[in-house]
Amino acid sequence: MIEIRDLAKRYGDTVAVDGLTFDVKPGWVTGFLGPNGAGKSTTMRLILGLDAPSRGTAKVNGRAYRDIHRPLFEVGALLEARGIHPGRSARDHLLALAQANGIPRGRVDHVLEMVGLASVAHKRAGGFSLGMNQRLGIAGALLGDPEVLLLDEPVNGLDPEGIIWIRTLLRGLAAEGRTVLLSSHLMSEMSMTAHRLIVIGRGRLIADTSVEEFIQRSSGNYVRVRSPEPDRLRALLAPHAQSLEDTDDGALLVGGLDCPTVADAAFEAGIRIHELAAETASLEEAYLELTQDSVEYRPDPPSDPRTQSVAAAPVT
Amino acid sequence: MTTTISADPTLALERSRPDTLPLTGVIASEATKFRSVRSTWWTLLCTAAMMVGFGVLFCYAYVARFDRLDARERLLFDPTLHSLRGLFLAQLAVGVLGVLIVTNEYATGMIRNTFAAVPQRSAVLAAKLVVFSAAALVVTTVSSFAAFLVGQSILSQKHVQASLSDPGVLRAVIGAALYLVGIGVLGVGLGVLLRRTAGAIATLVGLILVLPILAQALPSPWNTDVAKLLPDGAGQAILQVHHTTDSLSPLIGFALFCGYLAVILTAAFITLARRDA
Repeated sequence: MIEIRDLAKRYGDTVAVDGLTFDVKPGWVTGFLGPNGAGKSTTMRLILGLDAPSRGTAKVNGRAYRDIHRPLFEVGALLEARGIHPGRSARDHLLALAQANGIPRGRVDHVLEMVGLASVAHKRAGGFSLGMNQRLGIAGALLGDPEVLLLDEPVNGLDPEGIIWIRTLLRGLAAEGRTVLLSSHLMSEMSMTAHRLIVIGRGRLIADTSVEEFIQRSSGNYVRVRSPEPDRLRALLAPHAQSLEDTDDGALLVGGLDCPTVADAAFEAGIRIHELAAETASLEEAYLELTQDSVEYRPDPPSDPRTQSVAAAPVT
Repeated sequence: MTTTISADPTLALERSRPDTLPLTGVIASEATKFRSVRSTWWTLLCTAAMMVGFGVLFCYAYVARFDRLDARERLLFDPTLHSLRGLFLAQLAVGVLGVLIVTNEYATGMIRNTFAAVPQRSAVLAAKLVVFSAAALVVTTVSSFAAFLVGQSILSQKHVQASLSDPGVLRAVIGAALYLVGIGVLGVGLGVLLRRTAGAIATLVGLILVLPILAQALPSPWNTDVAKLLPDGAGQAILQVHHTTDSLSPLIGFALFCGYLAVILTAAFITLARRDA
Protein backbone atom coordinates (compact mmCIF):
# COMPACT_ATOMS: atom_id res chain seq x y z
CA MET A 1 0.00 0.00 0.00
CA ILE A 2 1.37 3.37 -1.02
CA GLU A 3 -0.41 6.51 0.18
CA ILE A 4 0.39 9.83 -1.43
CA ARG A 5 -1.16 12.92 0.14
CA ASP A 6 -0.86 16.41 -1.32
CA LEU A 7 2.66 15.59 -2.44
CA ALA A 8 4.62 18.44 -4.02
CA LYS A 9 8.20 18.91 -5.09
CA ARG A 10 9.82 22.05 -6.38
CA TYR A 11 13.35 22.25 -7.79
CA GLY A 12 14.23 25.93 -7.80
CA ASP A 13 11.56 27.54 -9.95
CA THR A 14 10.45 24.28 -11.52
CA VAL A 15 7.44 22.58 -10.01
CA ALA A 16 7.96 18.88 -10.73
CA VAL A 17 5.11 17.50 -8.63
CA ASP A 18 2.19 19.71 -7.67
CA GLY A 19 -0.18 18.40 -5.01
CA LEU A 20 -0.61 14.72 -5.89
CA THR A 21 -2.99 12.58 -3.87
CA PHE A 22 -3.59 8.92 -4.66
CA ASP A 23 -3.29 5.41 -3.26
CA VAL A 24 -1.61 2.44 -4.85
CA LYS A 25 -3.49 -0.59 -3.56
CA PRO A 26 -2.26 -4.12 -3.06
CA GLY A 27 -3.44 -6.90 -5.36
CA TRP A 28 -3.28 -4.85 -8.53
CA VAL A 29 -0.68 -3.82 -11.04
CA THR A 30 -1.04 -0.05 -11.14
CA GLY A 31 0.24 1.70 -14.23
CA PHE A 32 1.80 5.11 -13.73
CA LEU A 33 1.37 7.18 -16.87
CA GLY A 34 2.22 10.66 -17.93
CA PRO A 35 4.09 12.57 -20.63
CA ASN A 36 7.84 13.15 -20.28
CA GLY A 37 8.46 15.61 -17.48
CA ALA A 38 5.08 14.92 -15.88
CA GLY A 39 6.75 14.03 -12.60
CA LYS A 40 6.63 10.22 -12.58
CA SER A 41 10.27 9.64 -11.71
CA THR A 42 10.22 12.48 -9.20
CA THR A 43 7.20 10.94 -7.50
CA MET A 44 9.01 7.60 -7.29
CA ARG A 45 12.08 9.28 -5.77
CA LEU A 46 9.85 11.04 -3.25
CA ILE A 47 8.20 7.74 -2.28
CA LEU A 48 11.67 6.23 -1.74
CA GLY A 49 12.79 9.14 0.40
CA LEU A 50 15.60 9.93 -2.03
CA ASP A 51 14.31 13.46 -2.47
CA ALA A 52 12.55 15.36 0.28
CA PRO A 53 9.08 16.66 -0.61
CA SER A 54 8.43 20.41 -0.57
CA ARG A 55 4.98 19.62 0.81
CA GLY A 56 2.80 16.64 1.64
CA THR A 57 3.63 13.04 2.45
CA ALA A 58 4.32 9.74 0.77
CA LYS A 59 3.86 6.67 2.94
CA VAL A 60 4.65 3.05 2.29
CA ASN A 61 2.73 0.55 4.43
CA GLY A 62 1.82 3.42 6.71
CA ARG A 63 5.33 4.70 7.27
CA ALA A 64 7.57 7.30 5.70
CA TYR A 65 10.26 5.45 3.74
CA ARG A 66 13.07 7.07 5.71
CA ASP A 67 11.67 5.54 8.90
CA ILE A 68 11.99 2.00 7.56
CA HIS A 69 15.19 0.40 8.81
CA ARG A 70 15.53 -2.50 6.40
CA PRO A 71 13.44 -1.27 3.49
CA LEU A 72 14.36 -3.93 0.93
CA PHE A 73 12.15 -6.41 2.81
CA GLU A 74 9.20 -4.09 2.24
CA VAL A 75 9.87 -2.16 -0.93
CA GLY A 76 11.73 -3.13 -4.10
CA ALA A 77 12.54 -0.42 -6.61
CA LEU A 78 13.86 -0.24 -10.13
CA LEU A 79 14.89 3.36 -10.67
CA GLU A 80 15.09 5.49 -13.76
CA ALA A 81 18.88 5.52 -13.58
CA ARG A 82 19.65 1.86 -13.07
CA GLY A 83 22.60 2.66 -10.84
CA ILE A 84 24.87 -0.24 -11.61
CA HIS A 85 28.65 0.26 -11.52
CA PRO A 86 29.96 -1.07 -14.85
CA GLY A 87 33.09 -2.49 -13.21
CA ARG A 88 31.23 -4.55 -10.64
CA SER A 89 29.94 -8.06 -11.26
CA ALA A 90 26.22 -8.73 -11.22
CA ARG A 91 26.59 -10.86 -8.11
CA ASP A 92 28.67 -8.31 -6.19
CA HIS A 93 26.19 -5.58 -7.09
CA LEU A 94 23.33 -7.58 -5.60
CA LEU A 95 25.43 -8.85 -2.71
CA ALA A 96 26.24 -5.29 -1.62
CA LEU A 97 22.54 -4.40 -1.59
CA ALA A 98 21.62 -7.65 0.18
CA GLN A 99 24.24 -7.22 2.92
CA ALA A 100 23.04 -3.69 3.64
CA ASN A 101 19.69 -5.14 4.76
CA GLY A 102 20.87 -8.45 6.19
CA ILE A 103 19.47 -10.49 3.32
CA PRO A 104 21.19 -13.91 3.17
CA ARG A 105 23.66 -14.62 0.35
CA GLY A 106 21.58 -17.51 -0.94
CA ARG A 107 18.85 -15.10 -1.91
CA VAL A 108 21.28 -13.29 -4.26
CA ASP A 109 21.84 -16.47 -6.26
CA HIS A 110 18.13 -17.17 -6.16
CA VAL A 111 17.12 -13.83 -7.71
CA LEU A 112 19.93 -14.12 -10.27
CA GLU A 113 18.35 -17.39 -11.37
CA MET A 114 14.88 -15.87 -11.37
CA VAL A 115 15.90 -13.15 -13.81
CA GLY A 116 18.02 -15.50 -15.90
CA LEU A 117 21.43 -14.01 -15.13
CA ALA A 118 22.92 -16.92 -13.14
CA SER A 119 25.31 -17.82 -15.96
CA VAL A 120 26.78 -14.29 -16.08
CA ALA A 121 26.69 -13.64 -12.34
CA HIS A 122 30.45 -13.15 -12.15
CA LYS A 123 30.73 -11.04 -15.28
CA ARG A 124 31.16 -7.30 -14.97
CA ALA A 125 27.95 -5.38 -15.59
CA GLY A 126 29.71 -3.01 -18.01
CA GLY A 127 29.57 -5.73 -20.65
CA PHE A 128 25.85 -6.31 -20.24
CA SER A 129 23.25 -5.44 -22.85
CA LEU A 130 20.48 -2.98 -21.98
CA GLY A 131 18.14 -5.90 -21.41
CA MET A 132 20.58 -7.69 -19.09
CA ASN A 133 21.10 -4.53 -17.05
CA GLN A 134 17.35 -4.27 -16.82
CA ARG A 135 17.10 -7.81 -15.51
CA LEU A 136 19.84 -7.07 -12.99
CA GLY A 137 17.91 -4.02 -11.80
CA ILE A 138 14.75 -6.11 -11.47
CA ALA A 139 16.73 -8.73 -9.53
CA GLY A 140 17.73 -5.95 -7.13
CA ALA A 141 14.11 -4.95 -6.69
CA LEU A 142 13.14 -8.55 -5.85
CA LEU A 143 16.01 -9.14 -3.40
CA GLY A 144 14.04 -8.70 -0.20
CA ASP A 145 10.91 -10.45 -1.54
CA PRO A 146 9.08 -7.15 -0.93
CA GLU A 147 5.37 -6.46 -0.57
CA VAL A 148 5.63 -3.27 -2.58
CA LEU A 149 7.35 -2.88 -5.96
CA LEU A 150 8.12 0.38 -7.75
CA LEU A 151 9.37 -0.08 -11.27
CA ASP A 152 10.31 2.79 -13.55
CA GLU A 153 10.16 1.70 -17.20
CA PRO A 154 10.92 -1.96 -16.50
CA VAL A 155 10.44 -3.17 -20.07
CA ASN A 156 12.94 -0.74 -21.60
CA GLY A 157 15.44 -2.71 -23.63
CA LEU A 158 13.85 -6.10 -22.99
CA ASP A 159 13.28 -8.45 -25.92
CA PRO A 160 9.75 -9.80 -26.57
CA GLU A 161 10.47 -12.85 -24.43
CA GLY A 162 11.66 -10.61 -21.61
CA ILE A 163 8.58 -8.41 -21.90
CA ILE A 164 6.28 -11.42 -21.58
CA TRP A 165 8.38 -12.63 -18.65
CA ILE A 166 8.06 -9.37 -16.74
CA ARG A 167 4.36 -9.07 -17.55
CA THR A 168 3.75 -12.55 -16.12
CA LEU A 169 6.00 -11.81 -13.15
CA LEU A 170 4.28 -8.54 -12.24
CA ARG A 171 0.75 -9.88 -12.61
CA GLY A 172 1.80 -12.91 -10.56
CA LEU A 173 3.22 -10.70 -7.82
CA ALA A 174 0.03 -8.64 -7.76
CA ALA A 175 -2.07 -11.81 -7.65
CA GLU A 176 -0.17 -12.73 -4.47
CA GLY A 177 -1.53 -9.56 -2.94
CA ARG A 178 1.48 -7.36 -3.48
CA THR A 179 1.43 -3.70 -4.47
CA VAL A 180 2.95 -3.04 -7.88
CA LEU A 181 3.43 0.43 -9.34
CA LEU A 182 4.98 0.58 -12.77
CA SER A 183 5.63 3.34 -15.22
CA SER A 184 5.98 2.75 -18.92
CA HIS A 185 5.75 4.66 -22.14
CA LEU A 186 4.54 1.61 -24.01
CA MET A 187 0.76 1.87 -23.97
CA SER A 188 0.14 -1.53 -25.49
CA GLU A 189 2.33 -3.03 -22.80
CA MET A 190 0.56 -1.07 -20.11
CA SER A 191 -2.88 -2.16 -21.33
CA MET A 192 -1.77 -5.79 -21.10
CA THR A 193 0.00 -5.56 -17.73
CA ALA A 194 -1.84 -3.00 -15.63
CA HIS A 195 -5.22 -3.32 -13.94
CA ARG A 196 -5.41 0.22 -12.69
CA LEU A 197 -4.01 3.50 -13.96
CA ILE A 198 -2.74 6.65 -12.38
CA VAL A 199 -2.24 9.34 -14.99
CA ILE A 200 -0.41 12.56 -14.19
CA GLY A 201 0.48 15.60 -16.25
CA ARG A 202 2.56 18.61 -15.25
CA GLY A 203 2.83 17.18 -11.77
CA ARG A 204 -0.94 16.96 -11.23
CA LEU A 205 -3.28 14.00 -11.09
CA ILE A 206 -5.33 13.59 -14.27
CA ALA A 207 -6.93 10.20 -13.68
CA ASP A 208 -7.01 7.45 -11.06
CA THR A 209 -9.14 4.67 -12.43
CA SER A 210 -9.26 1.13 -13.84
CA VAL A 211 -7.90 0.52 -17.33
CA GLU A 212 -11.38 -0.43 -18.67
CA GLU A 213 -13.02 2.66 -17.21
CA PHE A 214 -10.25 4.83 -18.54
CA ILE A 215 -10.77 3.60 -22.08
CA GLN A 216 -14.57 3.74 -21.81
CA ARG A 217 -14.46 7.33 -20.71
CA SER A 218 -12.52 8.23 -23.79
CA SER A 219 -14.41 9.84 -26.64
CA GLY A 220 -12.66 7.49 -29.00
CA ASN A 221 -15.44 4.89 -28.68
CA TYR A 222 -17.66 4.41 -31.71
CA VAL A 223 -20.33 2.19 -33.11
CA ARG A 224 -19.49 1.12 -36.61
CA VAL A 225 -22.65 0.60 -38.63
CA ARG A 226 -23.20 -0.23 -42.31
CA SER A 227 -26.53 0.01 -44.06
CA PRO A 228 -27.75 -0.07 -47.69
CA GLU A 229 -29.71 3.08 -46.80
CA PRO A 230 -26.95 5.27 -45.31
CA ASP A 231 -28.72 8.59 -45.85
CA ARG A 232 -31.84 7.52 -43.96
CA LEU A 233 -29.70 6.10 -41.16
CA ARG A 234 -27.66 9.29 -40.93
CA ALA A 235 -30.82 11.39 -40.72
CA LEU A 236 -32.20 9.09 -38.04
CA LEU A 237 -29.08 9.15 -35.83
CA ALA A 238 -27.99 12.76 -36.34
CA PRO A 239 -30.10 14.30 -33.54
CA HIS A 240 -28.88 11.75 -30.96
CA ALA A 241 -25.27 11.01 -31.79
CA GLN A 242 -22.35 13.10 -30.56
CA SER A 243 -20.59 12.57 -33.85
CA LEU A 244 -21.22 10.97 -37.21
CA GLU A 245 -18.49 10.15 -39.62
CA ASP A 246 -18.37 8.35 -42.96
CA THR A 247 -15.54 5.91 -43.36
CA ASP A 248 -13.70 5.28 -46.62
CA ASP A 249 -15.41 1.94 -47.07
CA GLY A 250 -18.93 3.32 -46.77
CA ALA A 251 -19.68 2.58 -43.12
CA LEU A 252 -20.82 5.12 -40.55
CA LEU A 253 -18.95 5.78 -37.30
CA VAL A 254 -21.38 6.84 -34.60
CA GLY A 255 -20.04 8.52 -31.51
CA GLY A 256 -21.93 8.77 -28.21
CA LEU A 257 -24.38 5.89 -28.75
CA ASP A 258 -23.99 2.20 -27.98
CA CYS A 259 -24.79 -0.78 -30.22
CA PRO A 260 -28.22 -1.67 -28.80
CA THR A 261 -29.45 1.92 -29.14
CA VAL A 262 -28.36 2.14 -32.78
CA ALA A 263 -29.80 -1.31 -33.60
CA ASP A 264 -33.16 -0.62 -31.90
CA ALA A 265 -33.53 2.76 -33.56
CA ALA A 266 -32.81 1.26 -36.97
CA PHE A 267 -35.27 -1.57 -36.33
CA GLU A 268 -38.07 0.82 -35.32
CA ALA A 269 -37.45 2.95 -38.41
CA GLY A 270 -37.28 -0.13 -40.60
CA ILE A 271 -33.73 0.54 -41.77
CA ARG A 272 -31.78 -2.58 -42.72
CA ILE A 273 -28.38 -3.02 -41.17
CA HIS A 274 -25.60 -5.16 -42.66
CA GLU A 275 -22.90 -4.58 -40.09
CA LEU A 276 -22.89 -3.39 -36.51
CA ALA A 277 -19.83 -3.35 -34.31
CA ALA A 278 -18.48 -1.52 -31.29
CA GLU A 279 -15.07 0.07 -31.76
CA THR A 280 -13.24 0.88 -28.57
CA ALA A 281 -10.41 3.30 -28.38
CA SER A 282 -6.97 1.94 -27.62
CA LEU A 283 -5.35 2.90 -24.34
CA GLU A 284 -3.00 5.00 -26.39
CA GLU A 285 -5.83 7.04 -27.91
CA ALA A 286 -7.51 7.48 -24.57
CA TYR A 287 -4.21 8.53 -23.03
CA LEU A 288 -3.32 11.02 -25.74
CA GLU A 289 -6.76 12.58 -25.59
CA LEU A 290 -6.54 13.01 -21.85
CA THR A 291 -3.01 14.33 -21.67
CA GLN A 292 -2.92 16.56 -24.71
CA ASP A 293 -3.18 19.68 -22.57
CA SER A 294 -0.43 18.66 -20.22
CA VAL A 295 2.36 17.68 -22.58
CA GLU A 296 5.38 19.69 -21.67
CA TYR A 297 7.45 19.07 -24.78
CA ARG A 298 5.50 18.90 -27.99
CA PRO A 299 6.79 19.09 -31.55
CA ASP A 300 5.48 22.23 -33.16
CA PRO A 301 3.89 21.86 -35.64
CA PRO A 302 3.11 18.15 -35.26
CA SER A 303 5.03 16.58 -38.10
CA ASP A 304 4.21 12.91 -37.71
CA PRO A 305 1.05 12.15 -39.71
CA ARG A 306 0.25 9.20 -37.46
CA THR A 307 0.10 11.34 -34.33
CA GLN A 308 -2.04 13.83 -36.20
CA SER A 309 -4.63 11.29 -37.29
CA VAL A 310 -4.92 9.91 -33.76
CA ALA A 311 -5.32 13.35 -32.27
CA ALA A 312 -7.84 14.30 -34.95
CA ALA A 313 -9.95 11.17 -34.59
CA PRO A 314 -12.65 12.45 -32.22
CA VAL A 315 -13.23 15.61 -34.24
CA THR A 316 -16.13 15.52 -36.70
CA MET B 1 0.25 -17.33 -9.81
CA THR B 2 3.87 -18.15 -10.37
CA THR B 3 5.39 -20.46 -7.82
CA THR B 4 8.95 -19.15 -8.16
CA ILE B 5 7.97 -15.79 -6.77
CA SER B 6 5.85 -16.72 -3.82
CA ALA B 7 7.34 -15.65 -0.51
CA ASP B 8 10.87 -17.01 -0.22
CA PRO B 9 11.06 -19.20 2.92
CA THR B 10 14.81 -18.60 3.27
CA LEU B 11 13.99 -14.97 4.00
CA ALA B 12 11.44 -15.72 6.69
CA LEU B 13 14.03 -15.82 9.46
CA GLU B 14 15.65 -12.53 8.50
CA ARG B 15 12.31 -10.90 7.92
CA SER B 16 11.14 -11.86 11.39
CA ARG B 17 14.08 -10.15 13.09
CA PRO B 18 13.43 -6.91 14.92
CA ASP B 19 13.34 -3.91 12.68
CA THR B 20 16.62 -2.34 13.62
CA LEU B 21 19.41 -1.15 11.41
CA PRO B 22 22.29 -3.65 11.39
CA LEU B 23 25.31 -1.39 11.06
CA THR B 24 27.51 -4.45 10.56
CA GLY B 25 25.45 -5.22 7.47
CA VAL B 26 26.01 -1.75 6.08
CA ILE B 27 29.74 -2.12 6.72
CA ALA B 28 29.76 -5.53 5.00
CA SER B 29 27.90 -3.95 2.09
CA GLU B 30 30.42 -1.14 1.78
CA ALA B 31 33.27 -3.66 2.01
CA THR B 32 31.75 -5.60 -0.89
CA LYS B 33 31.48 -2.43 -2.96
CA PHE B 34 35.03 -1.45 -2.01
CA ARG B 35 36.68 -4.71 -3.01
CA SER B 36 34.61 -5.36 -6.13
CA VAL B 37 35.84 -2.53 -8.35
CA ARG B 38 39.29 -2.38 -9.89
CA SER B 39 39.94 1.28 -9.11
CA THR B 40 40.30 0.32 -5.43
CA TRP B 41 43.16 -2.06 -6.11
CA TRP B 42 44.85 0.24 -8.62
CA THR B 43 44.84 3.24 -6.32
CA LEU B 44 46.01 1.18 -3.33
CA LEU B 45 48.79 -0.33 -5.44
CA CYS B 46 49.68 3.17 -6.62
CA THR B 47 49.78 4.44 -3.04
CA ALA B 48 52.19 1.68 -1.99
CA ALA B 49 54.32 1.99 -5.13
CA MET B 50 54.69 5.78 -4.75
CA MET B 51 55.48 5.53 -1.06
CA VAL B 52 58.13 2.84 -1.40
CA GLY B 53 59.35 3.59 -4.93
CA PHE B 54 59.97 7.29 -4.45
CA GLY B 55 61.40 6.69 -0.99
CA VAL B 56 63.99 4.40 -2.54
CA LEU B 57 64.68 6.88 -5.32
CA PHE B 58 65.20 9.80 -2.91
CA CYS B 59 67.51 7.74 -0.72
CA TYR B 60 69.65 6.62 -3.65
CA ALA B 61 69.82 10.22 -4.87
CA TYR B 62 71.00 11.36 -1.44
CA VAL B 63 73.64 8.66 -1.25
CA ALA B 64 74.88 9.63 -4.71
CA ARG B 65 75.12 13.30 -3.69
CA PHE B 66 76.45 12.66 -0.22
CA ASP B 67 80.14 13.26 -0.90
CA ARG B 68 79.44 16.71 -2.32
CA LEU B 69 77.34 17.92 0.63
CA ASP B 70 78.78 20.37 3.13
CA ALA B 71 78.77 19.83 6.89
CA ARG B 72 75.67 21.96 7.49
CA GLU B 73 73.62 20.03 4.97
CA ARG B 74 74.74 16.76 6.50
CA LEU B 75 73.81 18.02 9.94
CA LEU B 76 70.28 19.03 8.93
CA PHE B 77 69.65 15.75 7.16
CA ASP B 78 66.67 13.79 8.54
CA PRO B 79 67.03 10.21 7.26
CA THR B 80 63.57 9.19 8.48
CA LEU B 81 61.77 12.04 6.74
CA HIS B 82 63.88 11.48 3.64
CA SER B 83 62.86 7.84 3.27
CA LEU B 84 59.19 8.82 3.66
CA ARG B 85 59.20 11.51 0.96
CA GLY B 86 57.17 9.29 -1.38
CA LEU B 87 54.28 10.47 0.72
CA PHE B 88 53.98 13.63 -1.37
CA LEU B 89 52.79 11.54 -4.31
CA ALA B 90 51.22 8.68 -2.36
CA GLN B 91 48.81 11.16 -0.78
CA LEU B 92 47.35 11.88 -4.22
CA ALA B 93 46.67 8.20 -4.92
CA VAL B 94 45.06 7.53 -1.55
CA GLY B 95 43.11 10.80 -1.74
CA VAL B 96 41.77 9.84 -5.17
CA LEU B 97 40.60 6.52 -3.76
CA GLY B 98 38.77 8.33 -0.97
CA VAL B 99 37.07 10.58 -3.53
CA LEU B 100 36.20 7.69 -5.85
CA ILE B 101 34.41 5.49 -3.31
CA VAL B 102 31.85 8.28 -3.03
CA THR B 103 31.78 9.93 -6.47
CA ASN B 104 31.66 6.56 -8.28
CA GLU B 105 28.25 6.05 -6.74
CA TYR B 106 27.01 9.42 -7.91
CA ALA B 107 28.45 8.94 -11.39
CA THR B 108 26.78 5.55 -11.88
CA GLY B 109 23.56 6.35 -10.00
CA MET B 110 24.37 3.55 -7.53
CA ILE B 111 23.95 6.09 -4.75
CA ARG B 112 20.17 5.94 -5.20
CA ASN B 113 20.15 2.16 -4.85
CA THR B 114 22.38 2.57 -1.80
CA PHE B 115 20.09 5.09 -0.13
CA ALA B 116 16.98 3.12 -1.12
CA ALA B 117 18.50 0.18 0.76
CA VAL B 118 19.76 2.30 3.67
CA PRO B 119 17.71 5.49 4.10
CA GLN B 120 19.79 6.31 7.19
CA ARG B 121 22.43 8.01 5.09
CA SER B 122 24.83 8.81 7.90
CA ALA B 123 25.17 5.05 8.44
CA VAL B 124 26.29 4.70 4.82
CA LEU B 125 28.92 7.41 5.17
CA ALA B 126 30.09 6.03 8.51
CA ALA B 127 30.42 2.55 6.98
CA LYS B 128 32.33 3.94 4.01
CA LEU B 129 34.74 5.69 6.38
CA VAL B 130 35.25 2.53 8.45
CA VAL B 131 35.93 0.34 5.41
CA PHE B 132 38.14 2.88 3.70
CA SER B 133 40.15 3.73 6.82
CA ALA B 134 40.72 0.08 7.72
CA ALA B 135 41.90 -0.89 4.24
CA ALA B 136 43.94 2.27 3.74
CA LEU B 137 45.56 1.97 7.17
CA VAL B 138 46.82 -1.54 6.38
CA VAL B 139 48.26 -0.48 3.03
CA THR B 140 49.79 2.80 4.22
CA THR B 141 51.28 1.27 7.38
CA VAL B 142 52.93 -1.54 5.44
CA SER B 143 54.12 0.93 2.79
CA SER B 144 55.44 3.37 5.33
CA PHE B 145 57.45 0.74 7.19
CA ALA B 146 58.68 -0.72 3.91
CA ALA B 147 59.74 2.71 2.65
CA PHE B 148 61.52 3.43 5.92
CA LEU B 149 63.32 0.08 6.19
CA VAL B 150 64.39 -0.09 2.55
CA GLY B 151 65.37 3.60 2.64
CA GLN B 152 67.50 3.19 5.76
CA SER B 153 69.28 0.18 4.31
CA ILE B 154 70.22 2.36 1.32
CA LEU B 155 71.30 5.27 3.54
CA SER B 156 73.38 2.89 5.64
CA GLN B 157 75.94 2.89 2.80
CA LYS B 158 76.92 6.32 4.11
CA HIS B 159 76.19 5.44 7.75
CA VAL B 160 73.53 8.15 8.07
CA GLN B 161 70.61 5.77 8.65
CA ALA B 162 68.07 6.07 11.42
CA SER B 163 66.66 3.24 13.50
CA LEU B 164 63.08 2.61 14.59
CA SER B 165 64.29 2.69 18.17
CA ASP B 166 65.65 6.25 17.81
CA PRO B 167 63.47 8.84 19.53
CA GLY B 168 60.63 10.12 17.34
CA VAL B 169 61.29 7.72 14.48
CA LEU B 170 58.52 5.24 15.15
CA ARG B 171 56.09 8.13 15.59
CA ALA B 172 57.14 9.53 12.21
CA VAL B 173 56.75 6.19 10.39
CA ILE B 174 53.34 5.45 11.89
CA GLY B 175 52.43 9.13 11.53
CA ALA B 176 53.08 8.98 7.79
CA ALA B 177 50.59 6.13 7.50
CA LEU B 178 48.02 7.99 9.59
CA TYR B 179 48.52 11.17 7.59
CA LEU B 180 47.85 9.27 4.37
CA VAL B 181 44.67 7.73 5.78
CA GLY B 182 43.64 11.23 6.84
CA ILE B 183 44.13 12.58 3.31
CA GLY B 184 41.95 9.73 2.04
CA VAL B 185 39.29 10.61 4.60
CA LEU B 186 39.52 14.20 3.36
CA GLY B 187 38.91 12.80 -0.13
CA VAL B 188 35.79 10.96 1.10
CA GLY B 189 34.46 14.16 2.66
CA LEU B 190 35.14 16.21 -0.47
CA GLY B 191 33.53 13.47 -2.58
CA VAL B 192 30.34 13.76 -0.53
CA LEU B 193 30.33 17.55 -0.63
CA LEU B 194 31.06 17.90 -4.35
CA ARG B 195 29.66 14.61 -5.77
CA ARG B 196 31.73 14.95 -8.96
CA THR B 197 35.01 13.07 -9.33
CA ALA B 198 36.81 15.82 -11.22
CA GLY B 199 35.71 18.60 -8.91
CA ALA B 200 36.55 16.69 -5.76
CA ILE B 201 39.99 15.64 -6.97
CA ALA B 202 40.76 19.18 -8.16
CA THR B 203 39.76 20.54 -4.75
CA LEU B 204 41.87 17.93 -2.98
CA VAL B 205 44.90 18.78 -5.12
CA GLY B 206 44.24 22.45 -4.48
CA LEU B 207 44.19 21.93 -0.73
CA ILE B 208 47.24 19.71 -0.38
CA LEU B 209 49.48 20.79 -3.27
CA VAL B 210 48.50 24.22 -4.56
CA LEU B 211 47.71 26.04 -1.30
CA PRO B 212 51.16 25.26 0.20
CA ILE B 213 52.85 26.66 -2.93
CA LEU B 214 50.75 29.80 -2.76
CA ALA B 215 51.58 30.13 0.93
CA GLN B 216 55.29 29.90 0.13
CA ALA B 217 54.86 32.88 -2.19
CA LEU B 218 53.84 35.09 0.76
CA PRO B 219 56.48 37.43 2.16
CA SER B 220 58.61 36.05 5.00
CA PRO B 221 57.84 35.17 7.80
CA TRP B 222 54.17 34.78 6.82
CA ASN B 223 55.04 32.09 4.31
CA THR B 224 56.18 29.54 6.89
CA ASP B 225 53.66 30.73 9.47
CA VAL B 226 50.78 30.13 7.10
CA ALA B 227 52.21 26.98 5.51
CA LYS B 228 52.54 25.18 8.81
CA LEU B 229 48.88 25.85 9.59
CA LEU B 230 47.58 24.47 6.27
CA PRO B 231 46.13 20.93 6.31
CA ASP B 232 49.16 19.28 4.74
CA GLY B 233 51.68 21.31 6.74
CA ALA B 234 49.88 20.58 10.01
CA GLY B 235 49.41 16.90 9.18
CA GLN B 236 53.01 16.37 8.13
CA ALA B 237 54.35 17.86 11.33
CA ILE B 238 54.11 14.35 12.73
CA LEU B 239 56.81 13.25 10.25
CA GLN B 240 59.41 15.49 11.89
CA VAL B 241 61.90 13.59 13.99
CA HIS B 242 63.81 16.77 14.79
CA HIS B 243 61.38 19.54 15.51
CA THR B 244 62.07 22.83 13.70
CA THR B 245 60.26 26.17 13.88
CA ASP B 246 59.07 25.64 10.31
CA SER B 247 56.38 23.34 11.55
CA LEU B 248 54.08 22.87 14.51
CA SER B 249 55.06 20.30 17.09
CA PRO B 250 54.18 16.79 15.87
CA LEU B 251 51.17 16.17 18.06
CA ILE B 252 49.72 19.68 17.92
CA GLY B 253 50.13 19.68 14.15
CA PHE B 254 48.41 16.35 13.78
CA ALA B 255 45.63 17.44 16.13
CA LEU B 256 45.03 20.49 13.93
CA PHE B 257 44.99 18.21 10.87
CA CYS B 258 42.36 16.03 12.56
CA GLY B 259 40.43 19.21 13.34
CA TYR B 260 40.32 20.07 9.64
CA LEU B 261 39.07 16.56 8.89
CA ALA B 262 36.41 16.88 11.57
CA VAL B 263 35.14 20.11 10.00
CA ILE B 264 34.98 18.59 6.50
CA LEU B 265 33.32 15.40 7.74
CA THR B 266 30.76 17.29 9.81
CA ALA B 267 29.85 19.31 6.74
CA ALA B 268 29.68 16.06 4.72
CA PHE B 269 27.36 14.31 7.21
CA ILE B 270 25.05 17.32 7.43
CA THR B 271 24.95 17.87 3.67
CA LEU B 272 24.34 14.20 2.93
CA ALA B 273 21.37 14.01 5.28
CA ARG B 274 19.70 17.15 3.94
CA ARG B 275 20.37 16.99 0.23
CA ASP B 276 18.25 15.24 -2.40
CA ALA B 277 20.05 12.15 -3.62
